[in-house]
Amino acid sequence: MTTLLEVRGLKKYFPIRKGLLRRVTGQVKAVDGVSFTIRKGETLALVGESGCGKTTVSRCILRAIDPSAGSVTIALEGHTVDLATLPRRQLRPLRRHMQMVFQDPYSSLNPRMLVGEIIGEPLLINGMTDRAERRARVLALMELVGLPGAAINRFPHAFSGGQRQRIGIARALALNPALIVADEPVSALDVSVQAQILNLLLDLQDRLGLTVLFVAHDLSVVKHVADRVAVMYVGRIVEMAETEALYHRPLHPYTEALLSAAPTPIPGAVSHRIILERDIADPANPPPGCAFHPRCRYAEPRCRTDRPEMVEVEPGRHVACLRATELGLRGIAEMT
Amino acid sequence: MAEPILSVRDLHTEFVANEGIIRAVDGVSFDVFQGRTLGVVGESGCGKSVTARSILGIVERPGRVTGGQIILRPADGPPVDLLKLPAKAMRDIRGPEIALVFQEPMASFSQYYTIGNQIMEGIRLHLGLSRRAARDRAIELLDMVGVPQPSRRVDEYPFQLSGGLRQRVMIAMALSCDPRVLIADEPTTALDVTTQAQILDLLRDLQQKQGLALILITHDMGVIAEMAHDVAVMYLGRAVETGPVGEIFSAPRHPYTRALLRSIPTVLAKPRTRLPTIEGSIPHPSNRPTGCAYHPRCLEIIDERCRAQEPPETGAATTRIRCFLHGGAA
Repeated sequence: MTTLLEVRGLKKYFPIRKGLLRRVTGQVKAVDGVSFTIRKGETLALVGESGCGKTTVSRCILRAIDPSAGSVTIALEGHTVDLATLPRRQLRPLRRHMQMVFQDPYSSLNPRMLVGEIIGEPLLINGMTDRAERRARVLALMELVGLPGAAINRFPHAFSGGQRQRIGIARALALNPALIVADEPVSALDVSVQAQILNLLLDLQDRLGLTVLFVAHDLSVVKHVADRVAVMYVGRIVEMAETEALYHRPLHPYTEALLSAAPTPIPGAVSHRIILERDIADPANPPPGCAFHPRCRYAEPRCRTDRPEMVEVEPGRHVACLRATELGLRGIAEMT
Repeated sequence: MAEPILSVRDLHTEFVANEGIIRAVDGVSFDVFQGRTLGVVGESGCGKSVTARSILGIVERPGRVTGGQIILRPADGPPVDLLKLPAKAMRDIRGPEIALVFQEPMASFSQYYTIGNQIMEGIRLHLGLSRRAARDRAIELLDMVGVPQPSRRVDEYPFQLSGGLRQRVMIAMALSCDPRVLIADEPTTALDVTTQAQILDLLRDLQQKQGLALILITHDMGVIAEMAHDVAVMYLGRAVETGPVGEIFSAPRHPYTRALLRSIPTVLAKPRTRLPTIEGSIPHPSNRPTGCAYHPRCLEIIDERCRAQEPPETGAATTRIRCFLHGGAA
């Protein structure tokens, strides 16, 4: 498979300003050197807890914010462009190739627009001015995501959370984008509706060959949609692997802890839980060495001083841990 | 088994809205025992939070409790029906007898007082301690719930704490007057999973040490499996199935419980597998379907009866169900 998106050394620092003169007194290193690739037709999940920088990465890729350093190259229509450095004016015609599905289906749909207008707006902006043509395309999109055609003349408030998320997905698909960025697309939904939307994403991907960056905090949800998973902690990717391999045999202690903390609907499974001490490190003031070492039960003295770089320890398995190959961590098979 | 500390019987709570009367809680019954956890699980609009608020007598207008009984058996003295208590007597129940941990710790604290002052308020009011003694007690409580450096943290404001620490402080505050029943309403929903694991661990630990009766309200079947001894599954204002956690998970009987358990994503699934789903969406409580409220989404609907009649609650004291598949004569 060919590579669609390649992120290299991506950094985003936010300045901390203090005092009357708003002098810069420090940097929040929200994203601090992130690299990964997404192949065409693949779903890569970016997983981590709040403040790990996963949303900042996705916003940098979409150039909703400007990265501080690094490159984001995307292969479009035979040639590659670096989205990270492209001037805004040249960026605009490329935006149709990258679309977003948002977390909150309530705030991400304009309550004053009809469903047909919401889904049709990207078409209109990109030159489909013929009303009948647009309507036909909108109806086709609605059918694709499982919305009744009668919904076209209704307002979003008439719909439940799950149906609203379908509207958001139809809008994202309107322009046949090369890349879909879905930021926590099911975390605001009820369990019984979550499954519907996850299945829809899988179906659409099979039918349309979509390439998806799936941003989530929940390893359970990710297991159902991702081909590969990248786990982030305090601005960096600590482990990246094929989904099955990562869940079966994690190589980073943080991945192991995340897996064991995921609630499973099996009474008694909890006895194997790893309870991490303390809170997630502050990205404005990350610990020296490995950022995870204050919470790591396997930490050695060198973990406090040497920062582990991301290494490909086996084909397709990347991990940033000094002890990655010697730990023998527990995966899902050992947790139930 | 011992007598339950708290028994809820046929509780009804209604809200008057433009669309008419909304029956948010519509005939819910359950028992809570010392040292045990009752998990109340359901999706949005099922009435789980309103049930908690009804028990504490803090349902906000225009809602009001319209029927049923909430029997509390105090350590000394005869059982009382909380719904018949005057407002002033109810104030002596909230805190020393029943306490509540809210979902959103940021929204539930005042931003203008230190956490110490907020914990001390309840202690001084209910236990009549001096300022100094109340402060010592607050520090002791913070230490008990695992807040590091409690004597320093006691003077901090809520915004200075992380989400996990704030929830620990919330639990300390709820425990400040030694309640016998603790209601935790989605206590970990706003938290990250590693923090959630810490807080659930803390609740389990406190329960073992103090013999608390815990009512844990959540939408997460995983949290229920981990924490609860008994479960009440709610749908649109009713407990559709109640029973011991082992039975509910290994042999669920109500079609809703079965469908809900199947539709949960888990880390144990094969990668990229489709989940069984529940068709349709949850109706708005003002638009409750006739008969069994679950019938439009039910795959095991039997006949006209499910559409026309509400199934009665059948079964023994500890395992109850509302479904015509499992009894309930026409």
